[in-house]
Amino acid sequence: MIQILFLLFAALAVGAAINVLVQKHVLYSSLSLIVMLTAVSALFILLQAEFLAVINVIVYAGAIVVLFIFVIMLLNLPVDEDGTDRLRWLKFAGIPLGLFLLFLIGATVWNVGVASSSTQMTGSPEAIGQSLFTDYVLPFELTSLLILIALMGAVVFAKKDV
Amino acid sequence: MIEYFTSREFLVLMAKMVAIFGGVMTALAYTTLLERRMMAFVQMRPGPNRVGPFGLLQPLADGLKFLLKEQVVPTNANVLLYYAAPIVSLIPALLSFSVIPFGPDLKITDLNVGLLFIFAITSLGVYGIVLGGWASNSKYPLMGAMRASAQMLSYELSLTLSVVGVLMISRTLSLAHLVTSQQGTWFGFIPRWNIFLQPVAFFVYVISAVAETNRLPFDLAESEQELVAGWHTEYSGMKFAMFFLAEYANMVTVSSIATILFLGGWNGPMFGPCWLQMALPTVWFVSKVFAFIFAYIMIRATVPRIRYDQLMQFGWKVLLPLALANILITSLVVALS
Repeated sequence: MIQILFLLFAALAVGAAINVLVQKHVLYSSLSLIVMLTAVSALFILLQAEFLAVINVIVYAGAIVVLFIFVIMLLNLPVDEDGTDRLRWLKFAGIPLGLFLLFLIGATVWNVGVASSSTQMTGSPEAIGQSLFTDYVLPFELTSLLILIALMGAVVFAKKDV
Repeated sequence: MIEYFTSREFLVLMAKMVAIFGGVMTALAYTTLLERRMMAFVQMRPGPNRVGPFGLLQPLADGLKFLLKEQVVPTNANVLLYYAAPIVSLIPALLSFSVIPFGPDLKITDLNVGLLFIFAITSLGVYGIVLGGWASNSKYPLMGAMRASAQMLSYELSLTLSVVGVLMISRTLSLAHLVTSQQGTWFGFIPRWNIFLQPVAFFVYVISAVAETNRLPFDLAESEQELVAGWHTEYSGMKFAMFFLAEYANMVTVSSIATILFLGGWNGPMFGPCWLQMALPTVWFVSKVFAFIFAYIMIRATVPRIRYDQLMQFGWKVLLPLALANILITSLVVALS
C-alpha cells in the first residue's frame, strides 16, 4: 500500500517538475511547482519525516511560491513565446550539468546507505533540532549567515540612493 | 485489508469524521447568520429575521439560493483556474479540522506536528484567493488578490512566531498534548492557561489571526469602497458560497487554535452525571471558540478599516518585533528556570 502510494506521489512529483519546464506561461509553471512541492511533502510523510514535510509546505508552497505568483501578477507577464530561443544554448549546458547532479545525488545516496534513514525518531522535531544544534551547528549557522547576507543585499538593491 | 474496513476502530473513525464534518458545516452556516444578526443589532436594524423563527432557517434558504443560481463566467476569464480557485480555497480550510481536538476523544487524528500541519494547510489557502483574483481577468479582483497575497504573507510571519513562546513552554507540537499540558490550576482558582504566561503572544496572535482571515479592520483584499468586492467580485452562486464558507472555516480554525494554545482547549470545570461529563469538554471548547468568533464579529461591527500602508507598517514594524521580543524573553526565562 505504502509502496504504491510512494510510486504514485513520486510520479506526480516528477511529472509536475517536468511540467514546470514545459509550460509556456509562467503562472502555470509556478502552479505546477506547488503540485511538485506538495507531492514531495507527501513522499516525506510516507518516509515518516512529518516535520520535514510540513516545513516544506510552509516555507516553499506557502511562502516562496506565493511571492513568485505575486511578482508574476504584479508584472502581468505575457505568454513567453520567444524566450526559449534566447536561452537555446542552455539546453546544451543543461544535459551534462543534469548528469553531473544525478551523479552527485547517486554518490551521496550510495555513501549514506538507504537503511540508516528508517529509524523511528529521525523525523521528529526533537531529533531534527538536536542534530541541527549539535552535529550540524556549523553548516546551519553558515547557511543562516548566507541567507542574512542575501537579505541585506536585497535591501541594498531595493534602496534607490544608498 | 477488508478486516480493517469492517473493524470497530474504522467505524468509530468514520462516525467521528461524519460528526465533526457535519457539526463544523452547520456551525459555519449558523456563524454567517450570527454575524448578520449581530451586525444588524449593532447598527440598530432587525437583520434577517423572516425565514423561520428569529430567521433561524436563513442559512438553509441561502444555501438553496446559492445552489440554484446561474453559473456566470466572465468573458476572457481563465475558465479552468476560475473554477478551481474556490475549491483550492475551501479544501485546505476544511482539512485543518482533521487534527483539531474538539474533546478528549472527539478528534479524527493527532499528529505529532499537528500545529505545524494546520499552519501548512492554511498557508495553501491563499492560492484560492490569488488564483480567483487572477483568473477573473478583471482589475478589481486582481488588485484584491495582490493585496491579499502580500497581507497574508506578512501576517503569517507574526502569526507563526507568536505561538513559538507557547511551544517553548509546553514542549510539544501535538494539539492534544498542548491541551493536556494546560490542565489544573494555580493557587486553586486560576486555570493554568497559557494566556496568563504569554499575554503578549496572545495579543499578537489574535491580531494576526484577524488579518490572516481577511476580516475587518484588515479586509483590504475586498474593501468594498475601493475594490467593489475585491478578489471575489466576479464570483456568484455556489462558487462564491465556497469562498464564503472558506473564510468562515478559517475563522473557526484560527479561533480553535487560539483556544487550544492560549485558553486550555477543552479544559474546564467538570461536574454532574456521567453523560454530562462526557459532553462538557466539547461544550467548553465550542463556547471558547464562539467567544472568539463573537469578538471577531464585534470588531468588524465597530472598528473602521485601516489604510493599506498602515496595515503593512503595523504588521512589519509592530507585530513582528513584538513577536520576536516575546520569543527572546520567553527563551531566556525557559533557559534560566
